[in-house]
Amino acid sequence: MALVVPAPAPRLPFRFDLSWPILIGFAAALCMLILLPLSWLVYYSFHDRAGGFTLANFAQLVTDPTFLDPLITTVILATSSAIICCVVAAPMGWLVARTDMPLRRTVRALVTASFVTPPFLGAIAWELLAAPNSGLLNQAFRAITGAEQDEYLFDIYSLPGLIFVIACYTFPYVFVLVANALDRIPGDLEDASSILGASVWTTARRVTVPLAMPAVLAGALIAFLQAMTLFGSPAILALPAGFHTMTTKIWSLFQYPPNPELAAAASLPLLVLTILLLRAESFVLGRRGYSVVGGRQGNPRLVSLGRWKWAALAVVFIVLLNPVFLPYGALLNAAFSPVASQFVSLGTLTLHNVEFVFFELSATKLAFENTLILCTAAATIGTVMAVVIAYMTARKAIAWHKALGFLATAPVAVPGIVLGVGLFLSYTRPPFVLYGTLWILLIAFVTIALPSAYQQLYSAFRVVNPDLEEASRILGATRLGTLARITAPLLRTSVIATWCFIFVGVIRELSAAIMLFTSETKVISVLIFDLNESGDLGAIAVLGLIMLIVTFAVVVLINRIPGFGGVRLRNT
Amino acid sequence: MAAGTFSRRDMLKASGAAAMTVFASPLRAAAPEPTAITPALIDAATKEGKVIFYTSIDLPISEKIAKAFEAKYPGIAVRVERTGAERVFQRIGQEYASNIHAVDVVNSSDASHFIVWRRDGLLAPFVPEDVAKHYPADQKDADGLFAGFRAGLSVIGYNTNLVKAADAPTSFADLLEPKWAGKMVKAHPGYSGTIMTATYEMSRDLGWGYFEKLAKQRVMQVQSSADPPKKLALGERAVMADGNEYSMFQIKESGGPVEIVYPPEGTPLIVGPNGIFKAAPNPNAARLFQCFCFTAECQQLVSDFGGLRSFHPDVKEKPGRKPFRDIKVMTEDAAAVEKNAEAIRAHYTKLFRV
Repeated sequence: MALVVPAPAPRLPFRFDLSWPILIGFAAALCMLILLPLSWLVYYSFHDRAGGFTLANFAQLVTDPTFLDPLITTVILATSSAIICCVVAAPMGWLVARTDMPLRRTVRALVTASFVTPPFLGAIAWELLAAPNSGLLNQAFRAITGAEQDEYLFDIYSLPGLIFVIACYTFPYVFVLVANALDRIPGDLEDASSILGASVWTTARRVTVPLAMPAVLAGALIAFLQAMTLFGSPAILALPAGFHTMTTKIWSLFQYPPNPELAAAASLPLLVLTILLLRAESFVLGRRGYSVVGGRQGNPRLVSLGRWKWAALAVVFIVLLNPVFLPYGALLNAAFSPVASQFVSLGTLTLHNVEFVFFELSATKLAFENTLILCTAAATIGTVMAVVIAYMTARKAIAWHKALGFLATAPVAVPGIVLGVGLFLSYTRPPFVLYGTLWILLIAFVTIALPSAYQQLYSAFRVVNPDLEEASRILGATRLGTLARITAPLLRTSVIATWCFIFVGVIRELSAAIMLFTSETKVISVLIFDLNESGDLGAIAVLGLIMLIVTFAVVVLINRIPGFGGVRLRNT
Repeated sequence: MAAGTFSRRDMLKASGAAAMTVFASPLRAAAPEPTAITPALIDAATKEGKVIFYTSIDLPISEKIAKAFEAKYPGIAVRVERTGAERVFQRIGQEYASNIHAVDVVNSSDASHFIVWRRDGLLAPFVPEDVAKHYPADQKDADGLFAGFRAGLSVIGYNTNLVKAADAPTSFADLLEPKWAGKMVKAHPGYSGTIMTATYEMSRDLGWGYFEKLAKQRVMQVQSSADPPKKLALGERAVMADGNEYSMFQIKESGGPVEIVYPPEGTPLIVGPNGIFKAAPNPNAARLFQCFCFTAECQQLVSDFGGLRSFHPDVKEKPGRKPFRDIKVMTEDAAAVEKNAEAIRAHYTKLFRV
């Protein structure tokens, strides 16, 4: 979007422009947010308990099988989930973006639903569905086929089970990337192909697929990273299955007596691997992204599927059974059933779990308050930071703006549990003792949310022509004044989408929260995790459903506010 | 620590409790004068308005205790922080290391934690009147830092829909039979204090060889000792290799398809003491709560509703449950658990791979 002329800075001697100190303040805050925890992480990993320099932590990491096994497991897990995600999500993205399949908007909404479902909640729901003996699906299987007591169709307590559950809640990343890319690819090229006589399938194979390939690859990498750094699902399923992943292993190092040095050392491979993969991603995208430089030239032509469109829809709904319909059904069943593994009927329906959660469980109220405070605060602060930083980088407002953009994106490379360890090490010691307050959680959540918030707003800024801003500046407004009165209102939709995005992301966050909470600063995700420890599935189902209702309510409400409309949750 | 003094007569006297070394330490300092529940104490506690109770007792019971207290002393809210005892211990350690004093009263199913807290000087001496008057000598700390709030057993169990009584395992040795491979659920000593204590007692009495063989049986591993009974009730596994007796009572008495087995090798005994922290943010509410916990009223509730065993002589055991005195138990040894905890965890992780 062309025109990026450095804005001429007006010299108005009688008026002090606060913009500079504020912008520099933001840059400093960003450094603190990211560099401080990572520095402590690296420091700890090279030191022993007494504070002397050592490589023993790393030596233990590469020689001790209790660390090597989880590392191998994690790599298998992440690779398989990424492959499954691509195989399932890329064709779905194409169906939704490029064909005349019915109910395309509904399918997008349902994928969003699986995207906002916390992975740990999905894992618990799948326990209810596919535990080998008590799982509802296995019970139904035995009832239908008359199979023996011990026979089962699915065993969720296994590596394939865990891979499946992770893929269920990771595939939206691939789907959204592919669908968005296909939305943007102009139809002209495909038209040209058909005019030249290629069949629908040849066009798809020779034109559409190559154009979508960068998005698929990017999606695969994101899916790999998500699966590798996920804590919730493995923490629920890996222990009963009898293995550890890197994230659960790191967490177990905080059992008494805690071993933060080893935990820090075990975190570094995840960090290094993430950085390498992100470099690979930008390499791939950097090489191939130019193919769509043309921008939007008219809407893409939809491929007519003919009578296959209903078959396609059926397949899509069968896929969506797994992340959405079946798990939500299982949670509903568990919430109102006296025993979570029994199908509820009118005769057995009970409100006992609801009563327990609201009137007996004394942690409920505090956890809800904390969660809502943190979600709102993190969404607001995160959005403001992302707006300012995206403005500075998109408009090249200060020197070093590239570094700033890099810093804002850097937390992508820090898995939640690693950030949790880093923040724990940083903020339990002077000069910043924040552990035990909501501040430490707020810092974690803002840091985790910042990269995607920044990316969303950066691309939004890129499509807003700077003319209006320049007019405002020429008339004497400061940079921040212009940003607040001209640019931000223009970007209203993106800003609100970003706010929603962070809000929803914070509700489902567990991996950093599990390292950083105290009894006074417990959040819902941690409460659910604690309830899972003692197997209180009914209470979990109730809390989980409330969590989902709040999430959907926020998304829908924001969409309904007049003038705000058209917000879609999109992960750029 | 003094050596374990195990007296069967004491046990009978105390409505069936076994002696533990952690309580049998010689008198070193006089415990403070016992405190009764007085209007002044209630007033001071009500002014504070709340009390924070860290415990590993299964949630429905710990919240029941909280609700009973709130009903009796309106205006004082109890917040229950429930996780496995080992995680409670870790949590308190982590919080105290950062100078966060959130906990008022603690209850742990791993009595060895109290040895550490005593050594670190974290506990406040306080003796409720009921403890002084009614509790057997081996259930109260000589310095008045804590007393045995509850006793529990880690038992074998099975699902009666999945296993016929005649086929059910009757001993720990039975669990090693090939027919139970892949059919058992078990809790983890890294999370559960009950299982930590039980693992020590069993490795001492049966040897680690037992666990080596058990680990080859493809057991389903869960965290809390309250979970295996629930997995049995769901029908997820047919047999539990360990787990709370009290959770089994609750499920069985509300019609769940579970049955308890007391192994002839001896059933691991676990005592869960209660103590108050010196730096408790609500010291008076903590004292009132501690007093309440040891009253016959609360202990009867813990026994009836909770299925836990009580040391209060006035508590009547619910009919239909096997009387405590008739059960052959393994001796608890908190001092040894304290010394060996890290080694037990490491050995266990090596065998069970998690």
